[in-house]
Amino acid sequence: MIPRVFMIHPIPSGTRDVLPEETREVRAITDTLRGVFERHQYGEVYTPALEYESVLSRADMAEARPAYRVFDEAGAVLALRSDMTVPIARVVASRYAGSEPPLRFCYFAHCYRGVRPQRGQSRELLQAGIELIGSPAPEGTVEALTVLCHALDAVGLRDYRIGLGDASLFPALMGSLQVREEVRRDMLEALVRRDFVGLEHKLADSGLSDEAAALLLEVPQRRGGPEVLSDAPPPAVEPVTGMRRVHERLDPAVAERVIFDLGLVRNIGYYTGAVFEVYDPALGSPIGGGGRYDELLARFGRSLPAVGFALGIDRLHIALAGEERGTGALLARSSARSEEPGAVGDGSVPASAHAEGRPTAAGTKGNRAEGA
Amino acid sequence: MAGIHDLTIAVPRGALFEGTVDMLARLGLDTEELRSNERKLLFEDIGVITMRPSDVPTYVEAGAADLGITGKDVLLEQAAHGPGEEGRDVYELLDLGFGRCTMVLASRAGPDPALEALRRLGVMRVATKYPRVAAGHFERTGRQAEIVEVKGSVELAPLTGVVEAIVDLTATGDTLREHNLIVREEIAVCTARLVANPVAHKLKAGPIDRLLAQLRRLSAAGVA
Repeated sequence: MIPRVFMIHPIPSGTRDVLPEETREVRAITDTLRGVFERHQYGEVYTPALEYESVLSRADMAEARPAYRVFDEAGAVLALRSDMTVPIARVVASRYAGSEPPLRFCYFAHCYRGVRPQRGQSRELLQAGIELIGSPAPEGTVEALTVLCHALDAVGLRDYRIGLGDASLFPALMGSLQVREEVRRDMLEALVRRDFVGLEHKLADSGLSDEAAALLLEVPQRRGGPEVLSDAPPPAVEPVTGMRRVHERLDPAVAERVIFDLGLVRNIGYYTGAVFEVYDPALGSPIGGGGRYDELLARFGRSLPAVGFALGIDRLHIALAGEERGTGALLARSSARSEEPGAVGDGSVPASAHAEGRPTAAGTKGNRAEGA
Repeated sequence: MAGIHDLTIAVPRGALFEGTVDMLARLGLDTEELRSNERKLLFEDIGVITMRPSDVPTYVEAGAADLGITGKDVLLEQAAHGPGEEGRDVYELLDLGFGRCTMVLASRAGPDPALEALRRLGVMRVATKYPRVAAGHFERTGRQAEIVEVKGSVELAPLTGVVEAIVDLTATGDTLREHNLIVREEIAVCTARLVANPVAHKLKAGPIDRLLAQLRRLSAAGVA
């Protein structure tokens, strides 16, 4: 029987209303995450959803650039933010110009992207994340990865893995193998599009020697345990050494979550060094990710190394529900968990994490804004 | 489940089916039921699910299958075609070589009616099952085209005067010749491709790389 409907008022494609049952579950996740972030001294910030387009466009967002624009009453072009990293870079440059780094911020904010709406992918997406400003590699990267794992453990995600790569690796490889400038962008784009066949064809047409072409095709497909870091080709030694330095400094519980991935690139342009993504067998797409953006702050006038990550709350929610039911995308039929090294603990119960993660009155030191 | 290395593979019904099943058989999979039972969709004991070729990227992207085989034509049609647009988020791992066809622009033999339309009217009408590939091609080559999307036999459209040209896949050229159509431009060569779910590509790296190595060996030996 068709339910009797009186009136439907549409909302834009890729957005949705969140009703109390879902809100309760989402709130449990975000409260837990907030507790972990605050315990690690990350102060929560809000910034406007609308920013001047000219300010946001100081950052190289590549494929994640803002998709929605409006005019204000003075005719200025405003854009809905597509992430929180760029607004926080702006905040640091304009409100913390003289503050002693490192600065630690966390956020829970809706961002807006012109994506094709699908499972776990909204045009208005709720992100939770941290930014650690003024802490260079490897220490800063180690801290970000540690907070990331503590956060995921606290919400009770069991089977996740962190893919760790370096955004400078493939460009360094192309540079040292004398790939012509004009085809470098094409090759990198093929890698970002996850198109190894396209990369292979471009390499075949590039006039490179067979060995060089084979190396450029094979190295970005190396991923797995620490063994992928051995016998790296000379131009990749620096980024690979950086990855090893990070890994050595991680707690064993964090380190065993890491999958090294020499081909990991993200579709956001401002990353300069280590990049990472969160995978869970309960979901067919990454739950979140992040990396180092050591040159972004300079574009806003304060040159500081930085690192951060963002988690897609909807995706995290779907993955948690999938693990709970044991029916995630790759789960039902998967023997991957026994395949991979270091099947990790049972994950802490969200309830207990809740209690310990609650911000206390003494809570965070936060970062005191100048003239705020 | 006794699939290849415990992987789940999305197999396309239709033109690529034979080539795909032959390949799976050479990899050591028992494909007898797959060949004989056309109505069955899920072959859980061998880790295979079957579907239309154009659905393969959808199922692989969602993680319902770790790997899939589909045509480059399907991937091109579902790829991002402009800034800010998103394509299917799957890895394209290997050109499998079989199912080779060409995406072409074709029109009726004799003086090219598409050229005439373009010259006199400034725009040509083009029928196709690949509206995004066609639109992208005309945009790149700086010509105005009105794309008419059809689901069935594309050859019918120019013969009835609905359009001046078509963009379609051709393997042998027989269908085009039968309908008195000739190839005016080649847009892309399309073969079968192996695609992978981005999370499976990381979490099942070992099995996927073993399968890739086997396929490369077969291809080097000239049988795949």
